Amino acid sequence: MPLAEKKIELSISAIREGTVLDHIPGDATFKVAEILHLGHHNGTVSVAANLNSKSMGKKGIIKIEGKFLTQDEVNKIAIVAPDATVNIIENYEVKEKIKVKSPDVVDNVVRCSNPVCMTNNEQINTKFYVVKKDPLKIRCHYCERYMGKDDLEII
Amino acid sequence: MDFKNRDIISINDFSKEELLYTLKVVKQMEIRPSSNLLKGKILATLFFEPSTRTKLSFTSSMNQLSGQVIGFSNANVTSTQKGESLWDTIKMIQQYADVIVIRHSLEGSARLAAEAASIPVINGGDGSNQHPTQTLLDMYTIQKTKGKLDGLHVGFVGDLKYGRTVHSLVMALSHFSPTFYFIAPDELQIPEYYLDELFQKKIKYFKTSDLKRFSKEIDVLYVTRIQKERFPDPVEYEKFKDVYKIDEAFLQHVKKDLKIMHPLPRVGEIDKSVDSTPHAAYFEQAANGIPVRKALLALVLGKIK
Repeated sequence: MPLAEKKIELSISAIREGTVLDHIPGDATFKVAEILHLGHHNGTVSVAANLNSKSMGKKGIIKIEGKFLTQDEVNKIAIVAPDATVNIIENYEVKEKIKVKSPDVVDNVVRCSNPVCMTNNEQINTKFYVVKKDPLKIRCHYCERYMGKDDLEII
Repeated sequence: MDFKNRDIISINDFSKEELLYTLKVVKQMEIRPSSNLLKGKILATLFFEPSTRTKLSFTSSMNQLSGQVIGFSNANVTSTQKGESLWDTIKMIQQYADVIVIRHSLEGSARLAAEAASIPVINGGDGSNQHPTQTLLDMYTIQKTKGKLDGLHVGFVGDLKYGRTVHSLVMALSHFSPTFYFIAPDELQIPEYYLDELFQKKIKYFKTSDLKRFSKEIDVLYVTRIQKERFPDPVEYEKFKDVYKIDEAFLQHVKKDLKIMHPLPRVGEIDKSVDSTPHAAYFEQAANGIPVRKALLALVLGKIK
């Protein structure tokens, strides 16, 4: 293993049980952590951002001890990390790989960037339609405005 | 085609067939202007934001079909002032009426109202998002004055950046293989995402700031007002307000059968001298608001199938 890659491996420790997310785009690592509400998780969470990657340039890895992501949770991160790999770990071994599926509808994950959108003025869930996956373009169900990757603010 | 109980929220919810069907019903309504079609039905007009013409034309449409109207045109008289949510307001009001028309400054308000209500909701304008009855009357005017919708060369001039009537009409006409001409200063040009949509639909369009450049190609010229309230800086507004003027001199450079439209009110974009020429279609356009609103009310109340 080349030295650079070995260093990546070492920078975050292995987990016994939980989920490892790999191949997160470099600039989306903290967005993924936000979407999954990892700030409220009780177990160990290791976040490594801006790691050098041959295929991606920069990438992120997140390891979550004691949490097994469901397909629903995995789909939520698709809008920012469509090519992430998700490994469910049991007893230090990969038990299952879950593929990220880009959803057609994004329910209550991001806020609408339009200040005069109804969703920013009354307590209702947001809903967006995915118009284009790459580069990301989503349309608000309520105000019909389009948003791109740079406009995303996680709820 | 069954429109019973359907909400009319956005022109983007209409398929080509639904647009054509609606326009057919509008024509019926124009030929037979009054009847007892909506006798015993009540329309609630919820105007959280003032709009004289939309409210009056809905009221007149309902009355001409023997229906009744309740409502308000000032949010200050409602429980909204007491902090009631729109959701709750709609849940209450739907008990008193058969159909709702709502105008509200927040974008997406009509969509939310439709989700709250079990009776049909018609959007009378939600901020700068959608105003579908305006778009339908624009479509009807084009169809009526040009005899067709397909393959027309349509120019848009003025504030194409913020003008919701322009955005909605562009999307609706996209079903009919048009060629578009967007005439505006760079600062007020049509937003990129509409051009993206047109590109994907393989619709031909041209962008220019020169009103005369394509004037000999255009069949319908849709003129909009440069809106003062859109400019935080009055100096910027002064720079743009008189940039395009449709007057008799300009009419020397257009097709003989060009039709000029405007959602009104106009300020100085179209000179009064144009009114008496065969090009002017804007007053007829405004009058078409009545048959369009009648048609929609009758459709969503299930009185026409």
